Order: sequence, then structure tokens, then C-alpha cells
Amino acid sequence: MKSPARRDFLKGSTALAGALVISFWLPGGGGRRAFAQQAPAAVSPNAFLRIGKDGTCTVMVKHLEFGQGVTTSLPMLVAEELECDWSRVRAELAPAGAEYAHTMFGMQMTGGSSSVVNSYDQLRTVGAQARTMLMQAAADQWKVKLADVRAEKGFVVGPGGKKLSYGQLAEAASKVPVPQKVALKDPKDFKLIGKPMRRLDSLEKVNGKAVFGLDVQRKNLHTALVAHPPVFGARPRSFNTDKVKAVPGVTHVVELSNGVAVVGKSFWAAKTGRDALVIDWDLGPNVAVSTAALGKQFRELAKTPGKVAKKSDNPEAIKAAVKTVVAEYEVPYLAHAPMEPLNCTLEVRADGAEIWVGSQFQGVDHLAAAKALGLEPAKVKMNTMLAGGGFGRRANPVSDYIIEACQVAKDIKVPVKVVWTREDDIRGGYYRPMYVHRVEAGVDAQGKIAAWNHVIVGSSIVGGTPFEAMMVKDGIDPTSTEGVADSPYDIPNMNVTLHTVPTGVPVLWWRSVGHSHTAFVMETMMDELAAAAGKDPVAFRREMLAKHPRVQRVLDLAASKAGWGSALPQGRGRGIAVHESFGSVCAQVAEVSLEGGAVKVHRVVAAFDCGRVVNPLTIEAQLQGAIAFGMSAALFGQITLKDGRVEQSNFHDYPVLRMNEMPRVEVHLVPDGDRPTGVGEPGVPAVAPAIANAMFALTGKRVRALPLSGTKWA
Amino acid sequence: MSKFHVNGEQVEFRGVADTPLLWVLRDHLSMTGTKFGCGMALCGACTVHINGEPARSCVTPASTLEGKRVVTIEGIVGTTQGRVARAVQAAWVEKDVVQCGYCQSGQVMAATALLSKNAAPSDADIDAAMSGNICRCGTYQRVREAIKSASSSLKKA
Repeated sequence: MKSPARRDFLKGSTALAGALVISFWLPGGGGRRAFAQQAPAAVSPNAFLRIGKDGTCTVMVKHLEFGQGVTTSLPMLVAEELECDWSRVRAELAPAGAEYAHTMFGMQMTGGSSSVVNSYDQLRTVGAQARTMLMQAAADQWKVKLADVRAEKGFVVGPGGKKLSYGQLAEAASKVPVPQKVALKDPKDFKLIGKPMRRLDSLEKVNGKAVFGLDVQRKNLHTALVAHPPVFGARPRSFNTDKVKAVPGVTHVVELSNGVAVVGKSFWAAKTGRDALVIDWDLGPNVAVSTAALGKQFRELAKTPGKVAKKSDNPEAIKAAVKTVVAEYEVPYLAHAPMEPLNCTLEVRADGAEIWVGSQFQGVDHLAAAKALGLEPAKVKMNTMLAGGGFGRRANPVSDYIIEACQVAKDIKVPVKVVWTREDDIRGGYYRPMYVHRVEAGVDAQGKIAAWNHVIVGSSIVGGTPFEAMMVKDGIDPTSTEGVADSPYDIPNMNVTLHTVPTGVPVLWWRSVGHSHTAFVMETMMDELAAAAGKDPVAFRREMLAKHPRVQRVLDLAASKAGWGSALPQGRGRGIAVHESFGSVCAQVAEVSLEGGAVKVHRVVAAFDCGRVVNPLTIEAQLQGAIAFGMSAALFGQITLKDGRVEQSNFHDYPVLRMNEMPRVEVHLVPDGDRPTGVGEPGVPAVAPAIANAMFALTGKRVRALPLSGTKWA
Repeated sequence: MSKFHVNGEQVEFRGVADTPLLWVLRDHLSMTGTKFGCGMALCGACTVHINGEPARSCVTPASTLEGKRVVTIEGIVGTTQGRVARAVQAAWVEKDVVQCGYCQSGQVMAATALLSKNAAPSDADIDAAMSGNICRCGTYQRVREAIKSASSSLKKA
């Protein structure tokens, strides 16, 4: 066990000579740990912060930057306490390393809208420790007490206005012991936290200089494309490479456990080679899978109770309801479709291996890669690259594309970048699972909910992965039931059960995970019950949120900012939804119309409580983005299978939201409490039900299946 | 073999004639600012300018480029459209547009092409010019604001 606080110096590096380097482990325990111990990385700066002799403050960002802005928000946490000059702050992506473990999950990862949440104390402490060491160094030099100096804007100021810059002090400060206890600021003294700060990575992303995983360049770098199974679980029986070897630039053909890789000197050579490959597949057990049949199977199952996730004392309470609504909901498989297709670059050398990848799961992927390469983890260096989106796809507990890349690279003796095409991505599985929900709910004579019986049918995301033991309890995968069983509404006599059905289609978390479907079901059903009770949808919800003033406040703000109840132009409808997820609450009001038989969303007003606001500019962007992401799924998103084959392949048949479909989004933040809660995901869940409810207001038609493009409105 | 110009410099491409310009740029010229997103001209991440017009490099074979002038995100500020491109990039930074950033080379190239022809685009003009450029992070609202901001800064200058 390493000491919870220590310093490391990287010797022999001119760039770092004399730099103050701070690293530490937070004392263990307390958090949930997926993996007891993460393997140490081969090379690691062992640091969260480096202050150079030139005064540059470089913050090592332990999370993946894939759009959510951690290369700005995490440095803000350090800088707040460091009292440095913000214009001298730089961010650098940390490689895989034990010291970069998530403080709640015990391994390095990015997910669950928790990057700022889990770093909030850790990185402010780093900043405060470094500031104290710089102040101590100055005090020692001036032979005064620590209390007689102060830090401001990258300088330590002493008696009589003496000043030394952080750059001048870095070397001396690096010899000061790391203070074990530092006091953190009173929030009223915050200078950065809570202020709209522009991103540090904008310039390199508008001039083409940003280096994403796909942009990695190495000497003699080859490109590999993999012919993936046409049916999930299929394996190559044999293959013919005669035509492949005739393709100019093709250098290797590698048989993998679940496919065949064609390696070439360029992408085009590898692609042309892969196109020429003839494979005889053993199609395996999933050759008959179809989403139409799964839907039928799921709907049948939904008529019977599954394993209990929440149980009421009075299972017969529904009989007392004066009005009952029975509704069946269906949501499809969804691909993540990040703009940057999956890729992974490897260089296997005599003494080990080096990997470049934009991974959300460095902790898991590093170990998986070492195992796949047959190397000690300490001999594998995994560099974190910028990622062009991810939305959960780069956080696979079974490290699919990483292991595949390792299998390709292991024996070919040349550096190789394994690249997925868009077709590989759309057809490659690891989708948001399809689900059927069946809800039977009733209201009493006073127009209040009397009982709610809810059956959920779908696949388990964590089943069969290392997360199963940690997360699944009594047969319930919480990613299937979150947002239902723990609803903040005061619903009496609520029964929630779950059928977990393996389908042969690989599934994975997708931005907002279970909430991506449960909010749609809960919030459209609430609307139906409001109508059944003859009440206004906002008033009906408010009544049942009396014990949750935080949720009520967010609902009220969205309603008032959207002008709830005011007249709309002819042909427009308005709908509301509110949902709690990742510790935050988001309410949205959508304004819609029908244009040429299709749903058009004009405006979305969002109210959002994410606790302590760190960077309002980023939070607004995340809400706009989450709404766009949720709309893609609500309006058009679906992956379907027939005869075991995925029917979609690219953006023409898996459409996503475009500029002309983007509504005007207005974001209103509700600052609340002392600590930040999730930001990246909680904006997604409410948009689909808000739109569906608005379509009801407009057309009188209830939507119980997504995407909305499948509904005939006239 | 085909001969053409990339960012003002003459290039002789001796590889396979049907190689798309995207991969000529990325694999043969090591210019990775132009991105691969779909390979079917559906997403706009690979947008470059060919003879001053926006084009999807992922479906433009090298063999069709003979004598043409290709401009990429790496070279756009050095061209006759450089003033517009600089205004676009500055507006993108000012409005904090980018998220993951992967599509933004293409967005900047498309917006530069739009503003070069239409100094004061309406919302409908922006929709028409920019709907071919997908952003999965959903930065559209700020892209729209930034185009308007670039437009007004160009008017003032």
C-alpha cells in the first residue's frame, strides 16, 4: 500500500527539472470498489499537478475528455485553491494509472456523470496543498512565518509587498513536505467555481490540431480493419485470402477469435482488402434473432410479474381505483454512434507495449489489454487520447474493441491502428437494450394515485461482467429499474418487477443508462394519469412531490419559464416531464408541431438542479447536447435485427439530429447545496416524455413506443 | 498518378487512383485535421474546400482531383477565405461551441464556405448550409450563434 500522500520527482527530464509535482492517493475505503486493486502503469507522471519554472500550471486530467469539458472543469477545481493565474493553466490527459482511480469506484473510469463529483474534494485539496507548499517556500526564503504570506494570481506576496512567482518558487516548493491537512475555501470566497469559464481546448479543436485517437501517428504505422461477425456470436470457419493478398498495400491477414483482420499500409488498403475477403461463417446460436420476435416475447412476459424490485403491502390496492390505465411501452435497441469511430493504436515492442486509445475505462481496459497481449500490466503503457464522443460505448466492461486490437497487434510486429468504420460501429452491438414495460396504474376518487403495478422486461447490462457481483442484488440489475423503483413521486402501493432476458444481442450503458427508458415510461404515464384524474399535468405532479421540494422546485421553474398554461399559436402543443438521475433533477417543457406528418420540436425549456454549479457555461452546453442526444433517440433512433442481422448501417438508416432539427433550448439553473451532482447525463431522460406529452396535447394521441417516427399522427 | 494542390502546395499522388481524398490527406500527407465519420458523405466531418467549394473528401477519389485546389482545416486561414475562417474560429472560441470537437473541423469549413458567399445568413440559410454536418454532442445551437457572431464581426471589420 502506497502512502496516502507523497511526492514524486521525474528525474532527468529537462521539461520537469525543478518543477513542483504533486500526487497523492486519497485514503482508501468508503466508496464502492469494482476492482480491489488496479495495476500500476508502466510509466506515469504520478501527479495531478505540475508547476513549471515558467509558471505554467499543468493539471493531469484523470478522466476521458469526450466533450463534457473535464479538461476545463477539473483544472478549475485545482486553480480555485491554487490561486494561480488562470491564463497559465494547462490540461493534460493522464494515462492509465492507479493514482488516477475514481475516488468512488476505485478504478480509473469516466461514467455515471461523476467526473466533477468524485474530483471535487480531491482536486481542490491538490490545489490547496500546492499553494501551501509554495507559500511555505516563500516564507522560508524570506524568513517569515507562513501566516505572513499570501497567494494571489500566481504569486506569493510577503511583508512589504515582496513577491515571488510560482515559477520562481516551484523548485524550492518541491522540497517542502506535502501538508497532510489543508483547509479548503468557504464557497463564498470562490473566484472560479460558479463562474462561466470558456473551455481550454477550443482553439485546438477549431484549427484541426487536436489529436484524437484516430489521429495518432507512429513510424511505420499500419491500419487494420476487422471483418466482424454478420450475426452476434458467429465465428469464422474458414476464409479465402487470395483476392486480399492481391490488393496493393495489404500486409497481413490475422485470424481473430471472432473475426478476421486485414492489415495494410493505409486505411484504404486495409478497407479494400477487407472488402475482398471471403469468409465462411459458423453463424452460431443467434441466427434467428429478430427484434419483432423479441418484442412479442417481451410483451408476453410483461403480462406476468418478474423478480421483485419494489413490493407494496397491498398488492390488491389497484382494485380500489376509480379509473385505471393499462399501458404497454416499447423502446428499441440504440447505438451510441459517437462521431469518432472506435479505434485503438498499439505498438508491441520487445520490452512491452504501448497503447493509444480514447477509453472511458482505462482501469479495466489496461488490465484487459495486458492479459490479451500476455504481458505484465506494468509493461503496458496506455495513453489516454481525446475521444470524439463516447456516450458509454467506450466504457465496456468486457473491453471488446481493445482486446480485438490487441489480438491484431500481438504477432504482426508492426505498429497498428485498428479502425472501425461507421458500419462496424452501427452493427457492432453493445446497444442500449430494448425494453418492454407494462404499467397498470389507477387514480382514486380524489384524483390521486391509488396503486401502480409495473413490469419491466429487458436484458441486463451488467450481467456476465465484473460489475454483476457488485451491482446485481436479488436478481435485479438496477440499470434496468432505476428511475422507476426509486421514483421521487409519492406513489402508494407501488409494485415493480423485472424479467431479465438474455437475447444474444450485446448491450451496454448509453448516456443516462436506465433513465433513458424509465423516464419515458414514468413521465408519459404520469401525464395519462393526470388526464384520468382531470388535473393539469404540472399540478398533478406537484401534489405527489410534496416530500421532494427539490424536484418540485425544478418542475415549477421549468413550467414558469416556459409560460405553462399560456396560450400557444395554432398548431402547437406543449408537454412537460421531470426526472431525477445521477443526483440531479431536470425538468423540460417541449413545444411541438406536426410538419408534413413528422414531429417538429421548436423550443425546449429546461430547468436543472445539479447542486453546486462549477462551470455554468459547460452545464448549459451539456444540457443543450443532452437534449439533442435524447431527441435523436426520441424522434428516429432504433436498431432492429432480422435473421440475426442488424438492419441499419450508417447515418442514412440510423439518422441522428441535424442542425435544421435542433430546437431553441433555454437552460435555467437552480443552484442548490454545497456539492456538485451529475451533469453529463441527467439532461437526456426528460426530453422524450416531454415531446410525447406535447404531442398528446397537440393531437390527443398517446405515444407508448419510441421512436416517434413510427407513430402515424393523422 | 494525379497532381493537385493541397493548401497551396503541389501534391503528386501515386497511390491507388480510387483512394478517397480523405485518406490521401490523413495517411499519405499526415494531415489529420480532416476527420473520418461515415465514409458516405452523410456526416460532413471530412469537409474540405475544392476550388473554393465545400466538398466531402471521404467520397472524392484522388483521380478526380487533377489540377484542383484543395484546402483543408490546416490551411484555410492562409487562403483568400482566411479572413472569414479566422472570424469563424474566433467566434467558435468566443461562444464556447466545441464539446468533443471531432466534427468541428468540418463545421468550421462548412461555416467558412457559407459566410464567404453569404455575409449575413438567415436561420434558414444556416440550416441549409450546415445540416450536412452532424454533431453528436449537439453543439448546433452554439454553432448557429457563432455563425451569427462571425457574420457581425466581419461586417464591423
